[in-house]
Amino acid sequence: MMAQEDKILQETPSQTVGPYVHTGLAPWAIGLDVFKTDIGAEIVGPKSKGRRITVSGRIIDGADDLVRDALIEVWQANANGIYRHVEDPKFGELEKDFRGWGRAWTNFETGKWSFQTVKPGPIKDRDGVMHAPHLNIWIVARGINIGLSTRIYFVDETDANAKDPVLNMILPEQRRQTLLAKYRDEKLKTNDYVVDIALQGDHETVFLNT
Amino acid sequence: MREYFARDHARHPPALTQDYKSTVLRSPKHAPLTLGQTISEITGPHFGQGDIGELDNDLIRNFAKDGDPIGERIILHGRVCDEGRRPVPDALIEIWQANAGGRYRHQNDGYLAPLDPNFGGCGRTMTDDAGYYRFQTIKPGAYPWPNWEPSWRPAHVHVSVFGHSFSQRLVTQLYFEGDPLIERCPIANSIPDLRTLQQLVAPLDMDTAQPSDCLAYRFDIVLRGRFSTPFENRLEGS
Repeated sequence: MMAQEDKILQETPSQTVGPYVHTGLAPWAIGLDVFKTDIGAEIVGPKSKGRRITVSGRIIDGADDLVRDALIEVWQANANGIYRHVEDPKFGELEKDFRGWGRAWTNFETGKWSFQTVKPGPIKDRDGVMHAPHLNIWIVARGINIGLSTRIYFVDETDANAKDPVLNMILPEQRRQTLLAKYRDEKLKTNDYVVDIALQGDHETVFLNT
Repeated sequence: MREYFARDHARHPPALTQDYKSTVLRSPKHAPLTLGQTISEITGPHFGQGDIGELDNDLIRNFAKDGDPIGERIILHGRVCDEGRRPVPDALIEIWQANAGGRYRHQNDGYLAPLDPNFGGCGRTMTDDAGYYRFQTIKPGAYPWPNWEPSWRPAHVHVSVFGHSFSQRLVTQLYFEGDPLIERCPIANSIPDLRTLQQLVAPLDMDTAQPSDCLAYRFDIVLRGRFSTPFENRLEGS
């Protein structure tokens, strides 16, 4: 096994994406027509199985103002908890049009971001430990010096969430709520989830050092 | 379980860098929660040549309408390796930048320098089997921006990289050798030490420059390294 001392080179340092991130990472968001394909515009294709959901929210700064120039990436497993990656042992069972990765940005006026996807299934880690269904989230913007990683879990997965090893690491316990997407309509429980991400402040989202 | 070397946060800018005003309200106050790397972190999206068009890495031609963009023609190239010096093939690299006058093609950029009708300002490519990549573009101009006081950005190109996992995700900025604005820039200097910042300064590369055509700058990128695993040993005999 390679030891950490075998680190020969040092990782390139991070820099903020600045306010014009869309020009490079989501040109279609600003009507910039350079490429034939929009990488990240769709997380899943029409043939991907599972419950179709929308997850949306806002990003809030330390003054409770909306962040209107952020870009978000999501990375997720399919409805059976499989990632489109060679190191997932069930990689071969994936639907062909399931990518599991995509991009969204906060609207220039409303500050709202939104993903359309399928709800991921529970994920079995390599040590056999189960993780509750979740989306892996990465956020960049002007004023964010290094991309912020977090997860979004689902309010209706009460039992799985209670056993999730990452949620259970979070103390004080009430901060776990910051990662929980809730139903937009608590009564109807439609396929519409909402979660706000707070970069700072009383309800600061739990971010992860991965 | 740790698969990738721990990120050395002393080399990256901290969340809050007082001299860069926008970080003040956008930096988390809580320390991030350190995870063992689960399957969610050691996996990540994979891209293929099918995602990339022929002109995507040529910013001189990929938006050209009635001629070439104005500006100094350059090649930007280099290799992507991990911290164990292993090349990273099939890495997606995306870049974006201002035009030669320092103006971005973006609805929120109101700088008085004009847009160039023949320059879009974005490109992308995949690294080859040796981790090598190459772009052709024009050298971006410096531009003013509002910080605590009116400031100037050095000429720079934004560079986004996907390695083989979401843990390796990285976005940075490339600066150009010899630019006196680098040392005056609060964003460049969000990196704690000058030697580390040098890793973002691309040297002039006359060996790659094309006579009677363009200059070249070299920008090598290092992503987080990975512990060897028995699985990998079987596969590659490393």
